Amino acid sequence: MQHSKTQDTLVGFFVASGIAALFYMALQVSNLGSYTSDDSYTVIAHFQNSGGLKVKSPVSIAGVRIGRVSSIRLDRDSHESVVEMRIESKYNNIPMDSGASIYTAGLLGEQYISIDPGSSEEYLHDKSQLDITSSAIVLEEMIGKFMLNKAEGK
Amino acid sequence: MLELLQTLGKTTRSAFAKLGRGTFFLLHTLTGISEVLPRPNLLVKQVYSVGVLSFLIITISGLFVGMVLGLQGFNILSDFGAEESLGVMVAASLVRELGPVVSALLFAGRAGSALTAEIGLMKATEQLSGMEMMAVDPINRIISPRFLAGFLAMPLLAALFSAIGIMGGHLVGVGMLGVDDGAFWAQMQASIDFHEDIVNGVIKSVVFGFVVSWIALFEGYDAIPTSEGVSRATTRTVVNSAFSVLALDFILTALMFGDI
Repeated sequence: MQHSKTQDTLVGFFVASGIAALFYMALQVSNLGSYTSDDSYTVIAHFQNSGGLKVKSPVSIAGVRIGRVSSIRLDRDSHESVVEMRIESKYNNIPMDSGASIYTAGLLGEQYISIDPGSSEEYLHDKSQLDITSSAIVLEEMIGKFMLNKAEGK
Repeated sequence: MLELLQTLGKTTRSAFAKLGRGTFFLLHTLTGISEVLPRPNLLVKQVYSVGVLSFLIITISGLFVGMVLGLQGFNILSDFGAEESLGVMVAASLVRELGPVVSALLFAGRAGSALTAEIGLMKATEQLSGMEMMAVDPINRIISPRFLAGFLAMPLLAALFSAIGIMGGHLVGVGMLGVDDGAFWAQMQASIDFHEDIVNGVIKSVVFGFVVSWIALFEGYDAIPTSEGVSRATTRTVVNSAFSVLALDFILTALMFGDI
């Protein structure tokens, strides 16, 4: 096996294409391309029931993703679910009296938080709390209510 | 009965002896890497024979594996009306499992067997002893560059395999079966995590590269220096590599993704 410039070139091509494949996967395939930067602030909301919401679930306004859920824990006193979400800093004009609801994408899709903007002149800032919340819809509960109404209607 | 016990004892003893020789061989090879680094030409030659020559088989296999995943995934997902999740399915299975594992198996068959045969023949034709006579350490000179080349080439090959597989899945899913292009990529990007999925896949392929190169070179170095011995060593390389890759894959998956 002779050592030649062609060989060097081929090895260079091989290494370059391997690294390009890694970059391709990092940017095109994974979430790194749309990664939330550190430029964000935290907003807290209390829900009676956060349903199937998970850490990293999207937070959106009017269908546009503006952040992600960063932690979900239980409030020991009120037995409510405390959801912290990180919202990108460029969306810094969300009114203080906005409401947060948990919706499901599609019938069986993943759950996300939708923020309905209010009309206050004051805007949300780091560690502020959303007071108007509506819980996740639990399918079993809804079916139960429906059945009950049906039974009473008769 | 006594004979049976004797055979068992002998097998155990020789297995441990081989493990010990393999470990010393590995340590010697690793210390030899410091001698390779000042001579990059040695390394380039080996990256060529281990990596560049495996390029074609890896890319073509990757393309077909991705296309099959796209086709099979579409058939199953369309039963649930979830064709849009095809991108996630193809990307997750390639990046997490099939990329590292299948390319390691192909690497063992394509490059590992060649390494074993090469080293084994060098031993059979007494080239290695010849080097020792000239006060050249054959492990530093012959084995270490090959080991480093395999170790470096494997993650690159696995990344190529996954990337081309995803393109193949896209080709079949979006191009031929009519999955929505935007949903294909968006769902994929929403579900595939860089650290959790891609970095773990790369870690797997690094481990596989290490193990396959080690097995291939050690089997060659440890081969009985006859034509039969070399052929047996080559077979052992492929069998042992495949076995170790699959077993290690389970262990790594359990550590990375499982809650064990």
